[in-house]
This record gives sequence, structure tokens and C-alpha cells, in this order.
Amino acid sequence: MAGAAMPVRCRNLWKIYGEREREVLAAMQRATLSKDEVRERFDCVVGVQDVSFEVGEGETFCIMGLSGSGKSTLLRHVNRLIEPSSGQVEIQGQDISRLGARGLEKLRAEAIGMVFQHMALWPHRTIRDNVAFGLEVRGVGRRQRREAADRALELVRLDGWEDRYPDELSGGMQQRVGLARALAADPDVLLMDEPFSALDPLIRRELQGQFAELAREMNKTVLFITHDLEEAIQVGHRVAIMNEGSFVQVGRPEEILTRPATDYVAKFVQGVSHLHFLTAAKVMEGGDARGEAGAAAGDGAAVGPDTPLVELLDTVAAQGGVAVEEDGRRLGVVTPQALLAAIRARIG
Amino acid sequence: MDVATLLDPFQETLVPLGDWVAALLAWVVENYRPVFQALKQPVAAVLDAFEAVLRDSPPLLVMAAFGFVGWQSGGPRTSAVAVGCLAAIGLIGAWDPAMTTLAIILTAVSFCLLIGIPLGILAARGDRFEAVLKPILDFMQTIPSFVYLVPVVMLFGIGNVPGVIVTIFYAIAPIIRLTNLGIRQVRGDLVEAAYAFGGSPNQILFKVQMPLALPTIMTGVNQTIMMSLAMTVVASMISVTGLGQMVLRGIGRLDVALATQGGLGIVLVAILVDRISQGFGQSARERRHRRWYQHGPVGALLQVLRGGRA
Repeated sequence: MAGAAMPVRCRNLWKIYGEREREVLAAMQRATLSKDEVRERFDCVVGVQDVSFEVGEGETFCIMGLSGSGKSTLLRHVNRLIEPSSGQVEIQGQDISRLGARGLEKLRAEAIGMVFQHMALWPHRTIRDNVAFGLEVRGVGRRQRREAADRALELVRLDGWEDRYPDELSGGMQQRVGLARALAADPDVLLMDEPFSALDPLIRRELQGQFAELAREMNKTVLFITHDLEEAIQVGHRVAIMNEGSFVQVGRPEEILTRPATDYVAKFVQGVSHLHFLTAAKVMEGGDARGEAGAAAGDGAAVGPDTPLVELLDTVAAQGGVAVEEDGRRLGVVTPQALLAAIRARIG
Repeated sequence: MDVATLLDPFQETLVPLGDWVAALLAWVVENYRPVFQALKQPVAAVLDAFEAVLRDSPPLLVMAAFGFVGWQSGGPRTSAVAVGCLAAIGLIGAWDPAMTTLAIILTAVSFCLLIGIPLGILAARGDRFEAVLKPILDFMQTIPSFVYLVPVVMLFGIGNVPGVIVTIFYAIAPIIRLTNLGIRQVRGDLVEAAYAFGGSPNQILFKVQMPLALPTIMTGVNQTIMMSLAMTVVASMISVTGLGQMVLRGIGRLDVALATQGGLGIVLVAILVDRISQGFGQSARERRHRRWYQHGPVGALLQVLRGGRA
């Protein structure tokens, strides 16, 4: 491969639970069978059904589905906590089903970090020892371990808590420890298994923001599982909607929202506000500034075309209007009227 | 055949189970006696060592030693309880038999832990092994303690060493069961997380499962200790010396004084061993985040040594 091996690549993954796994696999590759048919005829449960995807470097790939859709099962194939019934998983171009026990442990400790829905911090270990576990099992020396753990804890702003125990921390802090643990060995790939679902809304939003920032800064490849479409849209560069073990639709958040592929996706999309995708470029008026609008924008700082709605609202509220510029060239002007009209149109 | 025989077919023993077992045992004794005699060796060696230390040392030294061990395990209060128990034993005139009993119990419990904890770990790791082990443990725990005496006497003879062996058989079940249970009860996601961060099965066992199972395992240790104490009186029927024998003789002769001395002695030994073992079961956390060598008399000693070097 020409140096451009995908950080994560899954090909035709199947996972069938039950004794007659092979038979079901053969039957389902011949003809489509529904979940109920498989259960009746073979007494087996289909977990993952022919899923293929790739995640590029620095990309956040969100898998959204309800409970029982197979998303957590799918995620656990990526670090082989679950063995696929058939199919292939490659990490940085390496087929991980060929790895022996030692190789797999090395891969998990060094190349893949994982964050769990219920934190899964070890209650008998200090925060530092929790974070350093992956390094400890690799035989990294005490001093180096300590440094790496403290560095990771600093990233999630938990310095000063190293010697405490998990139950002395709040839920949000515990999940930041979980994140630090995943980051400690500086892996390329992060697996996030509904990391923020168990937190209350305010803290969830705060952590989503922190996480998105960290992932971007550190250029991590992220697989992010969630049951919340809004979260998927906010966090993911691409989103896959999963139902009954297979992907229903994969695309950029905007595509999912504006062009849902099936009724199932459409049902989810209904409740989600499109306002997230309003940017300065979509709201602004005119190729060049004229008249009143130009005057209104004149007395403040300009913004870039990708400025999101929230920021735009603040700026417009403060200075009555704003110019949109790129590389010093004026693209247009956002007026209060244009802003309101755009929002009105999206609310529908 | 008359009606009376038909209605009561159990007048004769139709399945001579007793004879079969007797024959089997006789055959085993005849052919494998050297094996069983060899099995006695390690038990005898450990028992001799414990007895030598406990019986030949001056009582005050023994008390001081237990005081230190208690301090190390559970702090000053445990230390005081240990010294108090030993003092009471000495004062009621049960010192020598108590030391014998203590040696027997410590030997039996050591072997129980040595054999039982690994078996418990294996049972926790393998469902099939657990399935095989469980009925055996059930069987062992249903058999009345007296029944163990027969095969043990035939195979190992009488005296303190066979006494330890019969105690091991009787008291090993709880430590196996509770080690197995403790490990199985560790939250699945905590184990999964350890796998996800590259732990090997052995690393996960020692770094995650065993520490989290420790409270349950310590309950097992405690039960094993209590059961081996309960066995001391029964075992005295095969000429095991110590407090049990005092009780047995007390019953035989209706000697209330002797029985009381022995009985109270057993209670005091039980408290002594229980308090100290519970102390060791405390987590590092309960000891305010210090390792075992960082506190108690050992900690103080190390500090003095370090201070002396600096």
C-alpha cells in the first residue's frame, strides 16, 4: 500500500451469535433473511450484518443507532474484543485477525485507546494508575509512566487529582479520566463507546466541546458511538446510521439531515434542528457591500465564511451587522434581517 | 415369597455399598500407602516448623511477635486484641495446648490457601472446571466432619499430621468457592476495559480481578479459618493434641474445668486469628494509600534504617 493505509478499515464484517453461526452466515449470504427468520430457523442472533467502512486519518466517524442496533458490538471488532464471524479489520493496513495474543495486546495498548459509556475506571487504582494502566502492562518504567499519565491528565484539565481514587470524582471528571486513559499512550485511533451518554446535559455539552477540540488538535482518528443523532452531527465528520446490525446510511452530517436515505433515517432527522449548519456564507447578502447593509457592517471586525451560527448571532447582536471576508476579500454582509430570514426558513 | 418380604424389601442390604468402599479403601491402602505417606511429608515439615516456633519460644516472646504482626496487619487495636487473647489463654492455663492448636490451624490454613486459591482461580476461568468442581465441593461440604476421619485414619494414620490433613479436607471448600465467586463477581466492564488497554489474562488477574475480589476472598479465608477451628475438637478423636483434646477429655470425664479451659481457649484462638487475618484484608486505601511496608512496625523500622543511612 502506498503509505496511505487507512487508520481503520473494516470489510464485510459479520457477527452472528449462536451455535449455528456458520450456517446462518451461509444462508444470509445467499438470500436476505430478517432477524426474526434467523432466530426462528437457526436460534441465532445477528449482531453485525455485512458492514464495511473506512476511517481516514484525523477523521471522526460517528456510528449512530439505538440500543440493540449492534453499534457497540461493531466497535468492539475494531480492537478485537469481539471476534467477527467473518470479515476483516485492518488497523494502519495491518490485518488484526492475523495477530497473535502478544501482538494484539501490543496493538491495544499502543495504537488504540478506548472510552466506555460507564467509564469503567478501576476503583482500587488511583487516577494516575488508572491512566497509566496501558503503559504498565507494556512494561514501561515507573517514572515514564508517571510522566505520561500526568501529561494526559493535564490535557483533560485534571492535574492535581492524580493520587485520588475514581469514586472521589464527579461523573464528568471520571469520564475525563477515561479520556485521559485513552490518550495516555498517544494512540492513533480512539474508540468512543457512548462516552457522554451517562452524563447530565450540561456536562455532556462541555465534554463534547473539549473532546472535539482535543481530537482535532491531536489529529486522532476517532470512531464515536452514540444513540443521539444531535451528538453524532456535532461530533462527526461523517455519520453512519445503524439499524439491525447494518448501516442504513453513511454520509456527512448535512447529507444525512437534508437527504435521509430511508424512512428510518428520516424519522430521526425530523427532530433535529438544521440550524447547526448555517454559516456566514449561507446567510450573507450580496456579492459586495452596498447601502445600508454595508454601512451596518462597516464599524466592526469581519468574520470568515465558515463562522457558525452561534458566533454570528453574538457578533450581529453586538455590532448590528457584520462583513464576511476571506483572505481580505469581502464576500458579503450579514444583516439582522438576513439572519432572521435564514433561521425562519430552517425552522420550516 | 411371602407378602411381608415383598412389602419390606429392605430387610437385607441389597447394595453392599459399605463393603465396596471398605474393599476399595483396603486396596488403596495396600497398594498406595507409600504415596500417602509421602503426601504427609510437606504437611509434617510445615507443622513441625510452626510448632517449633510457637511451643519452644517463651510465651512473652510469642505474645510480642503476635502483637507486632497484629499491629502490621490492622493497627494498634488489632495488636491489643492479639496480645489480650494470648494473655488470657496463658492466664487460664491453656498456653501449651493452644500453641499446638495454633500450629495445626496455621498449617492447615496455609495449605488450604495454597491449594484453594489456585483452584478457585481456575474455576473462575473455566466454566467446565467449575461445573466439575462444584458437585465435589457440595459433596465435601455435606459430609459430616466425623466421616472424614475414617479414610484419613486408614490412609494417613493418627496423630497431629493426619489431623492437619483432615482439617484441610474439611476447611478447603469455602476458600475455593469464594475465590471463584469473587473473581466472577468483578464487573464485566472493568475486565473488558483491562483487555481493551492491552492487559494479558494474567496481568488482568493480578492487577484487576484479584484486587477487586479481595474482600470476597478474605471472607473465604475467614470461613476456612473458622472451619479449621471447628475441626480441632473433632480431629482430637484421632489423637490430635491441643485444645480440642482438652475439650474431648473434658466431655469424656465430665470434667467441666478442663472442657471450659479448652473451649474458651479455642474461642480466644479464633478471635486472635480472625482479627489478624481481617487486618490483612484491608485495602491499601483503608490504610490511607500506603503500602504495607510504609506503615506499622515495619514502616517505622524502614524509616529508622533510611534515616540512619542518610
